[in-house]
Amino acid sequence: MVAKGKIVWVSGPAVRADGMSSVKMYETVEVGESKLIGEVIRLTGDVAFIQVYESTSGLKPGEEVVGTGQPLSVLLGPGIIGRIYDGIQRPLDDIAEKSGAFIGRGITTSPVDMKKKFKFNPTVKKDDTIFGGSILGTVEETPLLTHKILVPPIFPEATITEIVKEGDYDLEDVIGQANSKNGDKIGLKMYHKWPVRKPRPYAERYDPTVPLVTGQRIIDTYFPIAKGGTGGIPGGFGTGKTVTLHQIAKWADSQVVVYIGCGERGNEMTEVLVEFPHLIDPRSQRPLMERTVLVANTSNMPVAAREASIYTGVTIAEYYRDMGYDVVLVADSTSRWAEALREMSGRLEEMPAEEGYPSYLASRLAEFYERAGRIRALGSPDRSGSVTIVGAVSPSGADFTEPVTTHTIRFIKTFWALDTRLAYSRHYPSINWMQSYSGYLEDISKWWKENVSPDWYDLRAESYHILQREDTLKEIVRLLGPEALPDEEKLVMEVARMLKIGILQQNSFDKVDTYCSPVKQLKLVRLMVKFYKESQKALKEGKSLADIRALPIITTLLKAKFEVTDEQISKLDEIDKQLSDSFKGDIEEVKVSV
Amino acid sequence: MIIDGVTTASFDELVEIETDDGERRLGKVLEIGNGKAVVQVFEGTTGLAITGTRVKFLGKTMAMPVSQELLGRVFDGLGRPNDGFPDPVADKFLDVNGEPMNPQSREYPTSFIQTGVSVIDGMLTLVRGQKLPIFSGSGMPHNILAAQIARQATVVGTNEDFAVVFAAIGVQYSEAQYFKRSLEESGALRRSVLFVNLADDPAIERIITPRVALTVAEYLAFDLGMHVLAILTDMTNYAEALREISAAREEVPGRKGYPGYLYTDLANNYERAGRLKGKNGSVTQMPILSMPADDITHPIPDLTGYITEGQIVLGRDLFRKGIYPPVNVMMSLSRLMKDGVGEGKTRSDHMEVGNQLYDAYSRAQEVRALAEIVGKAGLTGVDLKYLDAGDSFETHFLKQSPDENRNLDETLSRAWDILATLPEGELTKIKDKHIQQYYKANK
Repeated sequence: MVAKGKIVWVSGPAVRADGMSSVKMYETVEVGESKLIGEVIRLTGDVAFIQVYESTSGLKPGEEVVGTGQPLSVLLGPGIIGRIYDGIQRPLDDIAEKSGAFIGRGITTSPVDMKKKFKFNPTVKKDDTIFGGSILGTVEETPLLTHKILVPPIFPEATITEIVKEGDYDLEDVIGQANSKNGDKIGLKMYHKWPVRKPRPYAERYDPTVPLVTGQRIIDTYFPIAKGGTGGIPGGFGTGKTVTLHQIAKWADSQVVVYIGCGERGNEMTEVLVEFPHLIDPRSQRPLMERTVLVANTSNMPVAAREASIYTGVTIAEYYRDMGYDVVLVADSTSRWAEALREMSGRLEEMPAEEGYPSYLASRLAEFYERAGRIRALGSPDRSGSVTIVGAVSPSGADFTEPVTTHTIRFIKTFWALDTRLAYSRHYPSINWMQSYSGYLEDISKWWKENVSPDWYDLRAESYHILQREDTLKEIVRLLGPEALPDEEKLVMEVARMLKIGILQQNSFDKVDTYCSPVKQLKLVRLMVKFYKESQKALKEGKSLADIRALPIITTLLKAKFEVTDEQISKLDEIDKQLSDSFKGDIEEVKVSV
Repeated sequence: MIIDGVTTASFDELVEIETDDGERRLGKVLEIGNGKAVVQVFEGTTGLAITGTRVKFLGKTMAMPVSQELLGRVFDGLGRPNDGFPDPVADKFLDVNGEPMNPQSREYPTSFIQTGVSVIDGMLTLVRGQKLPIFSGSGMPHNILAAQIARQATVVGTNEDFAVVFAAIGVQYSEAQYFKRSLEESGALRRSVLFVNLADDPAIERIITPRVALTVAEYLAFDLGMHVLAILTDMTNYAEALREISAAREEVPGRKGYPGYLYTDLANNYERAGRLKGKNGSVTQMPILSMPADDITHPIPDLTGYITEGQIVLGRDLFRKGIYPPVNVMMSLSRLMKDGVGEGKTRSDHMEVGNQLYDAYSRAQEVRALAEIVGKAGLTGVDLKYLDAGDSFETHFLKQSPDENRNLDETLSRAWDILATLPEGELTKIKDKHIQQYYKANK
């Protein structure tokens, strides 16, 4: 039965309607004459509390509210990749076509083009048994991505009675028939719907043991994140959150990227739209847009849709995970999502917890981050996929003790703390290496040892130890001046400076430096550690620190990150040799070609 | 104000209130239901009585009449003329709340605006369609700087229609007058629209002032194809008015008593800047706000910084030293600079010079702090060079007169004068090509 009620009260995005006794919690409803889209978030008697995803300006008590019988869902099928959606999966280009450059209200569009033909290639045949989540066939969605057509996750065991031949079909075409065990005939299509607030089921969950390679040295080498893992990146404004997230979205070695712009700047989404079609994936030589989905609900778009955008994004991510892909989900920024929760909670007149945020903020954050993971998908054939979630946090006043940051830290395993002071001195990425941590270090070190080099773990630890020592020595220098330190410790300061410039700092806008392969990362770190050891030895042998500081090899080491491209990686071995030569014999006399 | 016995009003609708003695005021519906409407009265509730006050629901949301004739005129905070001339003939009426720009329809901002102020052009480049606020403190010359930018801003090599929309939000009479005079003297007033809500006008009106101003700015930009610079001063007063209403409505407060939706509300104003595909004009926003107690972590500058594309921060230390403009470059940033400068847009060495200046000045600050402990004698040769470079950065590059208009070549050549005093090996952010071309030439 369709619920039909009348508006009794309006305040901003919150609307109360009575006569709604047959409506369900989280059901989508059409509000008012202009049929604004809303969702039921509380029921008291026959009064429904509705959050409306569009501006409620001009809405009157007495106007009709009609239930749709459906929870808020996304449509999952080929045609999603490369699109930009608002918080409730309406394509922004269709909206622009219907209402011009400014976003109008009450617009209904289909998330994907239902009339577009895709070349379907069946992988099942008659009499095959299928389950929920099984793959029926493939469609080339973009040259970069083969879309696997999935049976909806909740589906009875059934036998295929009919499947179409290879050919062009649109989304509404029936591509096959199946008979379930109790005799039901079920038509199969290339898409299905899934409610956004419900995590998609999987067969089994694996431990995250494979790193997500991002090509960013401070992330991959020092604070790595695993495929299927969770990471948080809090930072005040101007610390480069968005640039870091863009870097991850660009270079991460995943097959699909879902980028959620949640309550952020309009121009940032435009930047992604302008830039990504021209950026070439280093592994496949295809434009990055061919693996990217954008969900954009900018800060000036309706606040309730901002709350939904996170769920819309993560559900799309899970769908591609179920095909057996590694998906990265980037959410910028979860603080704005939390603010949307706070605003709705305030309008519902709920009892606030810290700073006006609702008491369920922590559990909502936990639910969201728990949707990350590396899993074995349902159905046949056997396959595994992952969703990695990276969330930006925008703490007010760059204060990491505020509720959204403190709660987020509890549910993530990799923490990249952005530092305002580093950003002020233009040290980018401004990830503070003393505050950040990664809980995946032990899990993924095996991958590095097997795929890159056995000494990875030790090199990382040795170089990190230098940075740690510098951090304590810095305090002494601040009080007593640099001359108060013995030469050995001055050397630590010098090498730490080199690590900061040559390894930690990475220029996202430099053609070479923007992406650094794992092998290059390792070799660069190895060079720095070797320089430190050789210098230590030279000092013990009575050489002066001034001579070491004057070595021309230092400039070579500092510039190697952007002078040596990944193609000519062997140049780093030549530098290694030069480094050894620099310390041979009397160091002043050695001439080094730079 | 709460009104009973309401049956047909709608949310956000405009309300006309008539007092006992026939005075008319405007308001809008904030909340409606169960026969009651909560109305916010723009001109304040002084003199309203429970009995005898009549209310008329106007059946429309607040709209601003717009036309080309608005140019050269002065309006009050609600968009009514207050320069003694009659109402301008309206071309159309636009809802002051505007509608969100579709990110898909935006054109990414890339054209460089030359402001003639070295520190901005060289290191904090302003780009057409950007929103770049000035974070100031009480007593500092943010108005002089904003007026200078309004007078001097040009896009080099073009001769396109340019307009200034100025919104004074709760400012003192003298500040508003200063702006008006400054625009008048430079002859820019006839291509400007002014909205003035003074400090003694009702606080509630301030909620509307930036909205009417930005509505006009959008009209001039996207309907008439002009390049508009919108200056909003002072957004702190705006946020305080918002807090006042929120408190009166007994809403759950967020930080420092400001409502939880302060971010969204500010964003609804700031995001009304940009360029659109297929349209000629642009809205560039320069909001000014004074940081309470010079505290950049206060919610107003903090949330603003999260929305705007960078910030120009004025520093108390430089101000005390008598340096104008007292821009604290370390804390300042222009996010769109990377897209507006370089080969084909400005000069190929522009970005590198900007980065190197940051680097040098940052080192200079460190050396200064160190020199205070160990004395100048304890510094090495390179450190001393940085110390001098820091001083000459402040006097030779940063400092300029409020009526001095420097072109980009002059700005960059001043920058090279400073970089030339450093050893070549220190210029790690500059490509060899540019070192050859500019550094060597300066020696």
